[in-house]
Amino acid sequence: MRYLPLTQDDRQAMLAKVGAQSIDDLFVDVPEAARLNGAIPGLPMHASEMAVERHLSKLAARNLTAGQAPFFLGCGAYKHHVPASVDHIIQRGEFLTAYTPYQPEIAQGTLQMLFEFQTQVARLFGTEVANASMYDGSTACWEAIVMAGRVTKRSRAILSTGLHPHYVSVANTMAKFTGDTLVTGAPELTAEPDTDSLIEQIDDHTSCVVVQYPDILGRIGDLSKLAEAAHAKKALLIAVVTEPVALGAIKSPGEMGADIVVGEGQSLGVGLQFGGPYVGLFGCSQKLVRQMPGRLAGETVDAEGKRGYVLTLSTREQHIRREKATSNICTNSGLCALAFSIHMTLLGESGLRKLAALNHGRAVKAAEALTAIPGVELVNKSFFNEFTVKLPREARPVVRELAERGILAGVSLGRLYPAEDALGNGLVVAVTETAEAEDIQALADGLKEVLA
Amino acid sequence: MSINQSGWRPEMGDAQGSNDAPTFTGNRALMLEEPLIFEIADNSTTGVDFAEEDMPASRLGGLERQSDIGLPGLSEPETVRHYTRLSRQNYAIDLGLFPLGSCTMKHNPRLNERMARLPGFADIHPLQPVDSVQGALECIHELAEWLVKLTNMSSVAMSPKAGAHGELCGILAIRAALEARGEQRDVVLVPESAHGTNPATAAFAGYKVQAIAVTPDGRVDLDKLKERLGPDVAAVMITNPNTCGLFERDMKAISDAVHEAGGYVYCDGANFNAIVGRVRPGDLGVDAMHINLHKTFSTPHGGGGPGSGPVVFSAALTPFAPLPFVEKRDDGFHLVEEETADEHHGQSFGRMVAFHGQMGMFTRALSYIMSHGADGLRQVAEDAVLNANYILRSLEDVLEAPFGKGPCMHEALFGDAGIAEGLSTLDIAKALIDEGYHPMTMYFPLVVHGAMLIEPTETESKADLDQFIGALRSVVERARAGDESLKGAPYHAPRRRLDETQAARKPVLVWQEPELAQAAE
Repeated sequence: MRYLPLTQDDRQAMLAKVGAQSIDDLFVDVPEAARLNGAIPGLPMHASEMAVERHLSKLAARNLTAGQAPFFLGCGAYKHHVPASVDHIIQRGEFLTAYTPYQPEIAQGTLQMLFEFQTQVARLFGTEVANASMYDGSTACWEAIVMAGRVTKRSRAILSTGLHPHYVSVANTMAKFTGDTLVTGAPELTAEPDTDSLIEQIDDHTSCVVVQYPDILGRIGDLSKLAEAAHAKKALLIAVVTEPVALGAIKSPGEMGADIVVGEGQSLGVGLQFGGPYVGLFGCSQKLVRQMPGRLAGETVDAEGKRGYVLTLSTREQHIRREKATSNICTNSGLCALAFSIHMTLLGESGLRKLAALNHGRAVKAAEALTAIPGVELVNKSFFNEFTVKLPREARPVVRELAERGILAGVSLGRLYPAEDALGNGLVVAVTETAEAEDIQALADGLKEVLA
Repeated sequence: MSINQSGWRPEMGDAQGSNDAPTFTGNRALMLEEPLIFEIADNSTTGVDFAEEDMPASRLGGLERQSDIGLPGLSEPETVRHYTRLSRQNYAIDLGLFPLGSCTMKHNPRLNERMARLPGFADIHPLQPVDSVQGALECIHELAEWLVKLTNMSSVAMSPKAGAHGELCGILAIRAALEARGEQRDVVLVPESAHGTNPATAAFAGYKVQAIAVTPDGRVDLDKLKERLGPDVAAVMITNPNTCGLFERDMKAISDAVHEAGGYVYCDGANFNAIVGRVRPGDLGVDAMHINLHKTFSTPHGGGGPGSGPVVFSAALTPFAPLPFVEKRDDGFHLVEEETADEHHGQSFGRMVAFHGQMGMFTRALSYIMSHGADGLRQVAEDAVLNANYILRSLEDVLEAPFGKGPCMHEALFGDAGIAEGLSTLDIAKALIDEGYHPMTMYFPLVVHGAMLIEPTETESKADLDQFIGALRSVVERARAGDESLKGAPYHAPRRRLDETQAARKPVLVWQEPELAQAAE
């Protein structure tokens, strides 16, 4: 077995050293009835690298990949070009095969990287601080709602109808067990997000308002008024960003007054990966930091006065505080945070702005191409790289028919909101820098044919 | 013929000399200091080229960003060098033995990395029509089948993102099952030796956490547990093998007692590596157990994640498992989500994450599991246990082994008795760094004073174990003899001991331009 270095001779010598006749002697504490005397029946035996690769390659070949098709899916996961050097660096064993940096003297690489990551995220979000990552955007969003409850000592959270429905589901699941009350609803196919109705619902029991920016339909709402209204009632504003590239083009939620900004960082460095692993981003103001979940890297000095980094404020965390911790999170998304950070470093400010402009420009062109098709209407007044169109018939089968033609056309609202008939004709189309003019043309042509 | 016309001759130099004077750069040969990107980069540099094209009029709703973000960029060569230099300040399993107890730092096979990067797995979107991702769903289903068979349980929830998330999944299913029975139970029992995530999880799910008594031999006290069980106890969370590195001999009896009292048994599967292929938790009466794919099944820890924590369930808890999940039917693989769930899975407690879990970890874990097969996985457990016992028996003459009468499982636990006054477990750990090792887990579990928990895993050779044992013995002997120099260790790492108190008292969590940082003080 290629991953096991002990030889039979080693095993014999070691058994002698520990005073055991056979390996079974070391498993004596296992009750007789639970001992298995041989390999578990019905399972295959070990396999060569070649055999494993052949099998998994066959499974992989049965999927239509984003790179094989004109591709327009978004709704919380976006296809962006990831520079080759990102994947090269994250495969360095010193990053890939390190543990959580509990011994800072020999983990400065990871710790400094996390400190840089935290700074990048905070700047992008317009928050004072950011943590060292969460599992993904949806769990970061839920943790933010819990955190707002701790800060305000209230339990009524108002969720925008423009928040990703899976994020709402996750919050609903957790709220069942914590006793939080969530105000939720499905979106309407209107040009503007639901800012005004959110403002109306804020009351003295409201812990937070949760708003996605841009929202699930791609609409961009000004958060300033919402922040003001929330703060007037001593509630927090939580902004959720599922497409961080957007913040290269539009104002940050922090600038507009959001207290906590969370997001999904998958767009930068991580790739689609069928939904995971991704990387949750979490930023907030300095005064809230002790209520924050997750790990934090902080600057300090060593015994010789040299600058260095450590995990800090761990009295918030489960390994110290146990049942009084701010969250049970332990392992998070370190390597994905590294990928995010490398990609962001490669882009820099100027690259991110160019990338954002290119995404927006392509999306505008695509919106124009699609709305030229008879019966197809653009819902949004504003959008970044994702917008919603209303088709003359149900969108879900249209998406399937286009997939059969090798075009991955977008996400139908029927898939996301199966119970909402009013949304059935909606199609959310994401257009990134990877969608070339010919891809947009192929989508427009395909959609026209399918609808004809 | 000679091509050296200069008269230069290679010489050995003066080996007696030493030079502690600082270098101009602060570097020490291969030990390179690296500034922050914010100190070496600027906002106009980029390492990515984009097509130039005409842009249509903006439709950003008047919210165009006006101010600078403050994100410095580097060219590709500078970027590669920055991160390569940083990487060299890290210890890693690729460099040597990484004996962190309870963390299972085993070799990460590179085949797994290659498999995870196949475009058919890496470049597909979670919301693609299911007909276009049949191979991905089959991959998830295949791994799920392995996990169910290896544990002899009824089903598995694949979506939890890490171990702690898996614990939450298990506890939420238990709570949903109790509610379905119309019962309000509000206590979860957790032994003091448990991972911190256990009590944190139970509290997060709204339970009161109470301690379970432990016997002097490091195991759950069955009699005391039986006394404590009652109509208020929702669940017992037990780690097996436990965090003292011992198998809970009474596990089946514990499960029976808990079930009899109407509760459920949650097993923390962090230590599954010790028993995989040899013992199935389903045979011990467990109702729910998370499996850390990043421990037992070798997906890389990545400096703190991503992990993956599928949860196996007993028949009793299966109806309450989270959505979505993959189901095999006659016409192919389906994704059971909220909309399709009502017919068969209406009791599910709901969704835990946006999509379907850690696909990138599933491919790696399946690659690892197939590589080993049922026979190889059994050998994994045996070698992991043998390696730990070898360490236990090789060091018990110099280190106190509080539960060392019988064999241990996959990790050897020592206490700090016998260490000279004024020296501590921390000093031993830091001195191990100078010997070229990552230290063991320190001060955990809490039930042993100055605990040192050593988990070598099965991917260490005998020669590597012997060298580690020699190094630790040498350090311990110094500690027993009162060698005060240990307090200064490490001496040879990229940094000496770091001031964690200062870091926590005045947290600096993001970089600021020096003038701004000064003004803030």
